[in-house]
Amino acid sequence: MAILGALNPMLTVGLNGDKAWRLDDYVKRDGYSALKKILAGKMPQDQVINEVKKSVLRGRGGAGFPTGLKWSFMPRAFSGDKYLVCNSDEGEPGTFKDRDILLFNPHSVIEGMIIAAYAMGAARGYNYIHGEVWEVYTRFEEALDEALAAGLLGKNILGSGFDFELFAHHGYGAYICGEETALLESIEGKKGQPRFKPPFPASFGLYGKPTTINNTETFAAIPLIMNLGGEAYLESGKANNGGTKLFSVSGHVNRPGNYEIPLGTPFPILLEMAGGMRGGRELKGCIPGGSSSPVVPASIMMDCTMDYDSISKAGSMLGSGAVIVMDETTCMVKALERLSFFYYEESCGQCTPCREGTNWLYRIVHRIENGQGRADDLDLLGSVTTNIMGRTICALGDAASMPVQSFVKHFRDEFAYHIEHKKCLVPPDIQRAGSGFFKATV
Amino acid sequence: MLTTESLKKIDREIAKYPPEQKQSAVMAALAIAQEEQGWLSSEAIEFVANHLGMAPMAAYEVASFYNMYDLKPVGKYKLTVCTNLPCMLSGGVDAGEYLKQKLGIGFNETTPDGRITLKEGECMGACGDAPVMLVNNRRMCSTMLPEQIDKLLAEFE
Ligand SMILES: Cc1cc2nc3c(=O)[nH]c(=O)nc-3n(C[C@H](O)[C@H](O)[C@H](O)COP(=O)(O)O)c2cc1C
Ligand code: SF4
Ligand code: FES
Repeated sequence: MAILGALNPMLTVGLNGDKAWRLDDYVKRDGYSALKKILAGKMPQDQVINEVKKSVLRGRGGAGFPTGLKWSFMPRAFSGDKYLVCNSDEGEPGTFKDRDILLFNPHSVIEGMIIAAYAMGAARGYNYIHGEVWEVYTRFEEALDEALAAGLLGKNILGSGFDFELFAHHGYGAYICGEETALLESIEGKKGQPRFKPPFPASFGLYGKPTTINNTETFAAIPLIMNLGGEAYLESGKANNGGTKLFSVSGHVNRPGNYEIPLGTPFPILLEMAGGMRGGRELKGCIPGGSSSPVVPASIMMDCTMDYDSISKAGSMLGSGAVIVMDETTCMVKALERLSFFYYEESCGQCTPCREGTNWLYRIVHRIENGQGRADDLDLLGSVTTNIMGRTICALGDAASMPVQSFVKHFRDEFAYHIEHKKCLVPPDIQRAGSGFFKATV
Repeated sequence: MLTTESLKKIDREIAKYPPEQKQSAVMAALAIAQEEQGWLSSEAIEFVANHLGMAPMAAYEVASFYNMYDLKPVGKYKLTVCTNLPCMLSGGVDAGEYLKQKLGIGFNETTPDGRITLKEGECMGACGDAPVMLVNNRRMCSTMLPEQIDKLLAEFE
């Protein structure tokens, strides 16, 4: 079980059984009761959407967009096909929560999707699953078979007259397919290149039809909201930040893993749940919302609460809830170099500022790290990022720029030291000790 | 070109999409072809394209866009090591270096006996289990410290 801890949990309650992912286990935990109530009572579609609006559930995929509002954009009167898509492409470095939701509680996602499909009148859906997690894909397909056999999917669900078919689509290694329109292109059997917006997916989505896309964890919260009521769900979090959230904690902590906490929980509590800092070392900085969110220095981070508003006040983003913890053994230039390489590799190449700019960013940070930095490189990095940001089709350009800007802003001395002295401020043997890799042999 | 078993698997994938959208199954079909043949030759890609009624060029574009397709032969075991930042903090880069030394090859190279190909990967969505690596696109290996790596290599024939 990789969900290591929780405070007032809702999403991960009762997942300690050894076959928690099976339908009968889910039903024992009150699973599918929300769906049954909605179908039996023929709850009006608007009422479902209103309940989600009241919960102030914000999308768990990264952008934090209010889910109920997104659902209300789907055209009502449209008589043709409409689609529902779940984004399980989880590729944002640091994020591994959707994997565990799908491994241990796949039916919560399926139930959430059926309810969403009912509310928006979608007859077909896909769950797009990250390429590298084959086990997750096979487990989800098993769960789909169980649901189909139990009359929870397909034609005339539970005798209600409502039809919904759901399938799994397996990705094959492309970070950009996490971007919702690239994901749609990918399901259509094309390269995953983002589309221009507008038109937005609610009017022109999969196969050109109205489509709603939500993250795995967003769908998993829907049955809870329908059972508890939107207001009670909201109260379990913090104003404007409804509910609990899974945080994937990685890096220099003693117990990396997933932790479910109410939004608004202080960061030091989360850090303590994750076993505290590895080897009792000092926190240096933290990337609080996946690699695309700006890094936050230790002193500011320790004062944050884990919710959209507090993290944004600290100059960063809650993003996907991937908390990357870095201690004093970390060379910040090397850390940024690896991230910049990632964005350069994963840019789809459609827009010149992103394609060329990510290459520049990587080359400059690489040369600083390797003792070949130039005096004006930090200014150059700044000007490359301003030439990328806001000038691209999708948000990957910004995602590549924000780490660069924030690392240089908060750890400028360390970058300057590299350029001046042609070596790391953190001695190499200390860096080497930080990862703990070689401890096992020596 | 492909076994009936593979074709059956491909048909199962085609059935997931609306009848006029067979191309949607191309990613899965290419993965199934690669699984059977070890890598994707241009003949295999063309075969898949014809089977789905799409232009071979369009199928080739897909095969070359996604990282997990191999357009050149690889060793019997393809080992992809995640070296992205979260894994790096817990030894992902060290694990890559350790493997390079043990196998005497670099990333994107294959051992002379054709057994093992080493690749550098991006975040696999499993950073809590770092260092992580993937064997033949399917098997995820967690907490790969030196001892576990040695054990894994000993398994490979
Ligand atoms: C480069 C890029 C990568 C993204 N990766 C993911 C991802 O892996 N998973 C995800 O749910 N959303 C990802 N998103 C956000 C999606 O585009 C979209 O906003 C989200 O799936 C909507 O679901 P939500 O409202 O439930 O969060 C990514 C966006 C960008 C620009
Ligand atoms: S911003 Fe980058 S990844 Fe996004 S569409 Fe443009 S080139 Fe592709
Ligand atoms: S960084 Fe290696 S799995 Fe995420």
